[in-house]
Amino acid sequence: MQFPVTARRSDNTPDSSTLGYNYRRHLSERFIEAMLFLTAFVSVAITLAIVVMLVTESLSFFKHVSLWEFLTDTQWTPLFDNAHYGILPLVSGTVVSSAVALLVAIPMGTITAIYLSEFAPFTVREMAKPFLELLGGVPTVVYGYFALLFVTPLLQKIFPELPGFSLLSAGLVMGIMIIPYVSSMAEDAMRAVPMHLREGSYAMGATRFQTAVRVVMPGAFSGIAAAYILGISRAVGETMVVAIAAGMQPNLTWNPMEPAATITAYIVQVSLGDLPHGSIGYQTIFAAGLTLLLITLVFNIIGHLLRKRFREVY
Amino acid sequence: MSDSDAQNLREVRAIIARHKLGDLIFLVTGLLVLMIAVLTFIALFSHMLIDGLPRLSWDFFTSFPSRRPGSAGILSAWVGTTLVMIVTAAAAVPLGVGAGIYLEEYAPKNILTEIIEINVTNLAGVPSIIYGLLALSLFVHQLGFGQSILSAGLALALLILPIVIVATREAIRAIPVTIREGAYALGATKWQTVSDHLLPYSAAGILTGIIIGLARAIGETAPIITIGALTFIAFLPPSPFKEEFPYISFEWLMAPFTVMPIQMFNWVSRPEEAFQVNAAAAGLVLVIMTLTMNALAIYLRYRMRKNLKW
Repeated sequence: MQFPVTARRSDNTPDSSTLGYNYRRHLSERFIEAMLFLTAFVSVAITLAIVVMLVTESLSFFKHVSLWEFLTDTQWTPLFDNAHYGILPLVSGTVVSSAVALLVAIPMGTITAIYLSEFAPFTVREMAKPFLELLGGVPTVVYGYFALLFVTPLLQKIFPELPGFSLLSAGLVMGIMIIPYVSSMAEDAMRAVPMHLREGSYAMGATRFQTAVRVVMPGAFSGIAAAYILGISRAVGETMVVAIAAGMQPNLTWNPMEPAATITAYIVQVSLGDLPHGSIGYQTIFAAGLTLLLITLVFNIIGHLLRKRFREVY
Repeated sequence: MSDSDAQNLREVRAIIARHKLGDLIFLVTGLLVLMIAVLTFIALFSHMLIDGLPRLSWDFFTSFPSRRPGSAGILSAWVGTTLVMIVTAAAAVPLGVGAGIYLEEYAPKNILTEIIEINVTNLAGVPSIIYGLLALSLFVHQLGFGQSILSAGLALALLILPIVIVATREAIRAIPVTIREGAYALGATKWQTVSDHLLPYSAAGILTGIIIGLARAIGETAPIITIGALTFIAFLPPSPFKEEFPYISFEWLMAPFTVMPIQMFNWVSRPEEAFQVNAAAAGLVLVIMTLTMNALAIYLRYRMRKNLKW
């Protein structure tokens, strides 16, 4: 809402001192507004900086390595004498660990969301929500420790052939880590579905479960889709759990029982070493980072389209 | 009642019973899933507690990392974390709160505003390691800050900026428009309205967002590793306080450093079991730090909701 905040000058000029005051006041207001705009613009500048930085560093990488080799070579050994620059092994590691994580996080997150939104008594919800929030606040390096030293030995009791590093245990822990993100966003979407839709459903004799699955979930579809997309972005971009528990050896495999490096784990591995600025090894992490950003971007665009297509307005 | 009526009734009752059973099954499933989450958390915490608690002593906090696991400590790590957090807060709070105020109170409805808003949402979805790459290229090399506390603090500030912006916007949006109208009616300028009324009234909400953001930043490991933070630091950065005028020095901004999660990562990745005990102890300290901050934020929000009656 706009209000005139400065006195307007008119022909019958008022006292000059008030005029000066108003003029100064006006100036400082404009200055403050400009400063605030600059702070808001920083976020755009960050995005531009990310894109420019990744693209320029990757461009110098692609001067040495053809895009075709990058996309089709099945080995990733940039730091060896016999260097190969095929991103596929890193992508397969990322896909497998994310798939395991999502197989845990999406069903469990959805069930938790439905339970908390439609079934849980008030007190249970009031206790469970902050608890889930705390679970989401645990640092990822701690989850990595947990995956390596608790979940892997536990899984080895069930599958004795499981190696010390595996995509399976990293993915499982990652999945549990992502549950709070998925469930809290999906629950918010479900609770935004107006009560009269539920009442209509109950009046037709539907049970709670039927109402939840056939009325509330379709009504909240766009929000639930956004929650899933957020979960996928988290899983693909997650670094420390996989770097600790899945090993850092690039390995072209679709088997979660094997150790493998993800895109993020590779970046960590290179950063732990001491590569000179500007070398080809240094540039590989930017090419890997660009790949990662493009993957998350694709999912974000899909999420945006889903939201637009299925948005329900009440 | 005829036979077929009775049979219909039985069928209907059977259907109702089946549906009620379905409800019950889901209720149990939901509780079970919730329990799995709770149990995982308990397993995680107790595993660290059992392994790490015996290592938690005064010496652990006042010793540098060492090749001998028994005498290694987290002195350089917690000092580093504290200093990095100071930089992060100093950068993220003014930028985030300023942007939140602009978007909520000043921004005209145009394409630029829409771009900024979409952009803030998208930034929240960018993987944290990408911020590390940005900081490596921009802060470490192009601006020449090196692998320093300043680079790390700024990288984390960029990372938590969306959290602070969103929290600020939500807190300011919750203030009824009548407050603004009252201020304008008394001749206040826009900035006077913001600084004298909107900011004080939304302070608790903004603070909650800042705390959650900083709790996230404390635990972030990947971006700081990407900058190239060293994992073995057996000295402290120069003290920010000096004996002579001007009593404050900013040399520490450019000092090499390590932080808690990196120290923990370093210990986890070692094969010797004794170091993993250290990792558990460091993890325990880290988890207690982040949980305390998150709990504080949750409590603040709870109290705010209870007390706020416009």
